[in-house]
Amino acid sequence: MMLAAIVPTTTYYLILAAVLFGIGATGLLVRRNPLVMFMCVELMLNAVNLTFVAFATRFGNIDGQTAVFFVMVVAAAEVVVGLGIIISILRRRPGATADDLAELRG
Amino acid sequence: MELLVFVLASAMVLGGAVGVIVNRNPVHAALSLVLTLFGVAVQFVALEAHFLAAVEVIVYAGAIVVLFLFVIMLLGVDKAENLEIEPFPIQRWLAAIVGLGVTGMLIASIVRGRKILAEGEPLPASGDDNIRALARNLFSDHVFAFEFTSVLLIVAVAGTVLLTRKTPASEKAAEAAAEAARSSKAKS
Repeated sequence: MMLAAIVPTTTYYLILAAVLFGIGATGLLVRRNPLVMFMCVELMLNAVNLTFVAFATRFGNIDGQTAVFFVMVVAAAEVVVGLGIIISILRRRPGATADDLAELRG
Repeated sequence: MELLVFVLASAMVLGGAVGVIVNRNPVHAALSLVLTLFGVAVQFVALEAHFLAAVEVIVYAGAIVVLFLFVIMLLGVDKAENLEIEPFPIQRWLAAIVGLGVTGMLIASIVRGRKILAEGEPLPASGDDNIRALARNLFSDHVFAFEFTSVLLIVAVAGTVLLTRKTPASEKAAEAAAEAARSSKAKS
């Protein structure tokens, strides 16, 4: 079997992460529901995490995994604050999309 | 075998990611996000980052997606969104061009640099198991950053409570009365 002999190298993981980042960026630009846009940001963060871990494994350096740990903490804090803002906006005007929120004034 | 794992997990990741951006219903998008996160966790296991794989499932798939679903249910925005409506007609094309451009440039740079990555054998990890090595790194080199994450989390929680707090009705009435008094004083 030729296929069984192929072992996925770091390059494979990097390309997967690049495609995931591209899908997340496209979704962020296309969708106008604030919640779904947030999910696309999560996709992009995960692509970056995958890149970090791939490099950490390739170079045998654990620092990359530490960076991923911090990214996860910051992502959790970001989601909490972001969803709080979305709740307070959508409570005031239900069904608002990202286009309706062009000004800071409530 | 490793290739099979990689291909299956990549299919999960990319299928879930496409599901997030094409599903009209936010609940389905959140569930597709779970699929993607599980795929990423499998890739972490394949890359021998066992602790991060567990954290990925617990924090992302467990906490963050549940928070998303909770907010969707709380706000009642789980009605399907009509994707046919396009306020800016060329937005979708521009978004596709930007997405493809970003992906293409990233892949081009990765392919150009693959020789450097392929040089030499992969360096062996330090010999400790993953969690021990990560803990040693986290609590020695990055201990200040680790302590500051606790500050960040406290600030985030306090800020969210303040943001989403409903103004009590009595307080609102008092504010309105003060406003009315001020405007009548300005008039007279």
